[in-house]
Amino acid sequence: MNTIPERNFLNYPKGLKSWLLTLDHKRIGVMYLVGISFAFLLGGIFAMLIRLELLHPGRDIMGPQAYNQIFTLHGAIMIFLFIIPGIPVALGNIVLPLMLGAKDVAFPRLNLTSWYIYVFGAILAIVAIFTGSVDTGWTFYTPYSTTTGGAVVLMTLAIFILGFSSIFTGLNFVVTIHKLRAPGLKWFKLPLFVWSLYATAIIQILATPILGITLVLLALERILGIGIFDPAMGGDPVLFQHFFWFYSHPAVYIMILPGMGVISELIPVFSHKRIFGYRAIAYSSFGIAFISFLVWGHHMFVSGQSPFASMIFSFLTFMVAIPSGVKVFNWTSTMYKGSISLETPMLYALSFLFLFTIGGLTGLFLGTLATDIHLTDTYFVVAHFHYVMMGGTVMAFFGALHYWWPKIWGRMYNEFWSRISTALVFLGFNVTFLTQFVLGAKGMPRRYYSYLDQYQPLHFYSTVGSWVLALGLVIMAIYLVHAIFKGKPAGDNPWGALTLEWTTTSPPPPENFAQPPVVTHGPYDFDTVKVKPTFAR
Amino acid sequence: MPPAGSTIAGSVDALFYLILYISIFFFVIVVGAALIFTLKYRRKGEAEAQSQVDKNTALEIIWTVFPIVIVVVLFILGFTVYMKMNVVPKDALEIKVTAQRWLWTFDYPGGSNSVNELVVPAGKPIKLLMSSTDVIHSFFVPDFRVKMDVLPNRYSTAWFDAPNPGEHNILCAEYCGKGHSEMMGKVRVVSEREYAEWLQKEAGPPEGMSLEELGERLYTSRRCVTCHSIDGSANVGPTFLGVFGHKVTLKDGQQAMADENYIRESILHPEAKVVAGFEPVMPTYQGLVNDREIDALIAFIKSRGDQRKQP
Repeated sequence: MNTIPERNFLNYPKGLKSWLLTLDHKRIGVMYLVGISFAFLLGGIFAMLIRLELLHPGRDIMGPQAYNQIFTLHGAIMIFLFIIPGIPVALGNIVLPLMLGAKDVAFPRLNLTSWYIYVFGAILAIVAIFTGSVDTGWTFYTPYSTTTGGAVVLMTLAIFILGFSSIFTGLNFVVTIHKLRAPGLKWFKLPLFVWSLYATAIIQILATPILGITLVLLALERILGIGIFDPAMGGDPVLFQHFFWFYSHPAVYIMILPGMGVISELIPVFSHKRIFGYRAIAYSSFGIAFISFLVWGHHMFVSGQSPFASMIFSFLTFMVAIPSGVKVFNWTSTMYKGSISLETPMLYALSFLFLFTIGGLTGLFLGTLATDIHLTDTYFVVAHFHYVMMGGTVMAFFGALHYWWPKIWGRMYNEFWSRISTALVFLGFNVTFLTQFVLGAKGMPRRYYSYLDQYQPLHFYSTVGSWVLALGLVIMAIYLVHAIFKGKPAGDNPWGALTLEWTTTSPPPPENFAQPPVVTHGPYDFDTVKVKPTFAR
Repeated sequence: MPPAGSTIAGSVDALFYLILYISIFFFVIVVGAALIFTLKYRRKGEAEAQSQVDKNTALEIIWTVFPIVIVVVLFILGFTVYMKMNVVPKDALEIKVTAQRWLWTFDYPGGSNSVNELVVPAGKPIKLLMSSTDVIHSFFVPDFRVKMDVLPNRYSTAWFDAPNPGEHNILCAEYCGKGHSEMMGKVRVVSEREYAEWLQKEAGPPEGMSLEELGERLYTSRRCVTCHSIDGSANVGPTFLGVFGHKVTLKDGQQAMADENYIRESILHPEAKVVAGFEPVMPTYQGLVNDREIDALIAFIKSRGDQRKQP
């Protein structure tokens, strides 16, 4: 019978102050988890309001001004407060040092600072919502964003501040991975999740400052009228789009790479098999990270940029598809002749494989110049990035949450309800967003408050799908929270996995390991190392 | 895909369906394999994996090179069609498009113009020279597979050739604020003869018309008709039936008399006095109608205002 260790990072030391001033990466990770969950809830409520408004053409529950603010907030909150920090700051923070066999990250104080910066930025963003609101879309395109009312400056300031949180975490992770690996943990013995966090951190460090500068210029333009984006003063509004996407395209890989890392953990563990093409998966992360800096112009095929530039961006965009494809093929091959158990994390990994493949393939329509002209700025794009971001990153996030939940809290969630919830999330997601591909191909533009009658049936299905999705998520929240207090003790290694975080207790002690671990086998050596799962179902 | 209304739509659609079939092929391979493996290699009891193969160089090369070949082909096809979409034929008829929040104005060769309705002759290439007076908009005709951003600081161009008479929607595809989703127009493709007649009659000089007749014409040609009915039904904006000479309740609860000055103000400064129950999404017509035309519209609305008194 498993027991919860008496002294663990959750209960030692005790008291609110010990949490707020903690330098323990695991506690900081848990506090981040609370932060991003709150952001996800808020962004999710806005998403439900959007779908409700779109049930019929014209007014359902709000006017166009309110609608514009709500879709802006949905985008801004989901992107800047949930999905960009997302997997790295919450689960990465908790798991990375454990996976490396380290006591903590390289700079624990910097880590805590990042959290406070995140919270400060988040509060500013929420203040911006309640004081003046923002109706620019999360993309802040000029000259709209420089001329509209509302708290645009405050919102950009919030995102500027959040950027520092992102940069600090990235720096911290890079140094940690370089310097704090346990003896014997060579680069090619690192779990692939670590590789993906490394590639992500590099993009965070290199790309985030560009967003910072762009938003500073935007704020200066609004406050002082410096004219850099203002055509009346010789500026160029399209320049803003170049700046913006020069960050925001690499940023989508900040969002997806950690998700890919999670999938690279889940599939071998639940197939009980060595991962197929370890090096190919590790290198492809860097291939993606590198090319991701060179494809920003594919957001701007109809912006008036030169056809020559569009041609080059289109070509590079196709090239960035290759490493992602390589990963997908490797994951699928890992399952071949494995011994596959379908616990909830694996169900999410399979959902990811299904949804991300659709998300990736629909990218081909958008990378192809001639078809992108018709599809860009329509619901096809909306559906595409929700398939990649929610079907990809968020499914991986849920998979990771279910995978490491027993490690973090020492307790297992209810398997029955988690399966029900996974099925609802998968079904609801597809009903919500598959319809939007059709809407987009039929020419329904995005960010529309109202629409032509011909689009009504599909919008109706999409909205109904969002209710199923929401129901699944509510069930998930209930049984996960329930598990924290009432779950059955899970033991050190409920899945029989081979990475280092499973060799310590669940939850781990404040110092992570009783003795510094020495690595003698690879992360996926299921052929030579036999470990019995500590949790029988 | 929506019905094909232009000469280019066929090639775009062919490419679209080609990519669709390629996507379905890869989707079936990946998800099919995952599904088969899941069913076939489901763990039974304590059974270990049957194989621990973790690399196969030939396979890695195949699934890298084969997709590269496919995407390069797609790239070339996409670029070829894109060039056709970009190069405007020399004999194209040039029409100036001006976007503003939230309407489209079209200026035809010869000095006539129209609002939210683009009338073009069938079977003739049309070049659109576009600019915006405020923020960025995007000219989108789904049936033509044409989309191009309309910028405040430079001209952008688009072209199409619609071979058959018919009507197609114009949508704004770049977010531009409150009235973004109302910024809709129509392309009316007509025969050469009808086009010439239309230019002459609908958009030509208003000689020998009474103010009321001119107002009636402007009501359609300036697209008041899209939002304001004359039969009493509420649309995006209030109806014109029985408005003139009556009190209207405004958004802030005050009352205003719908007289000549009120209507003039509503045409030039639509946001000043918004009728309760409606959103302030009407664009200003400042610069789009001259004084005589405002007089004409007032006369027209006046004529509709009296009608409620009749049985």
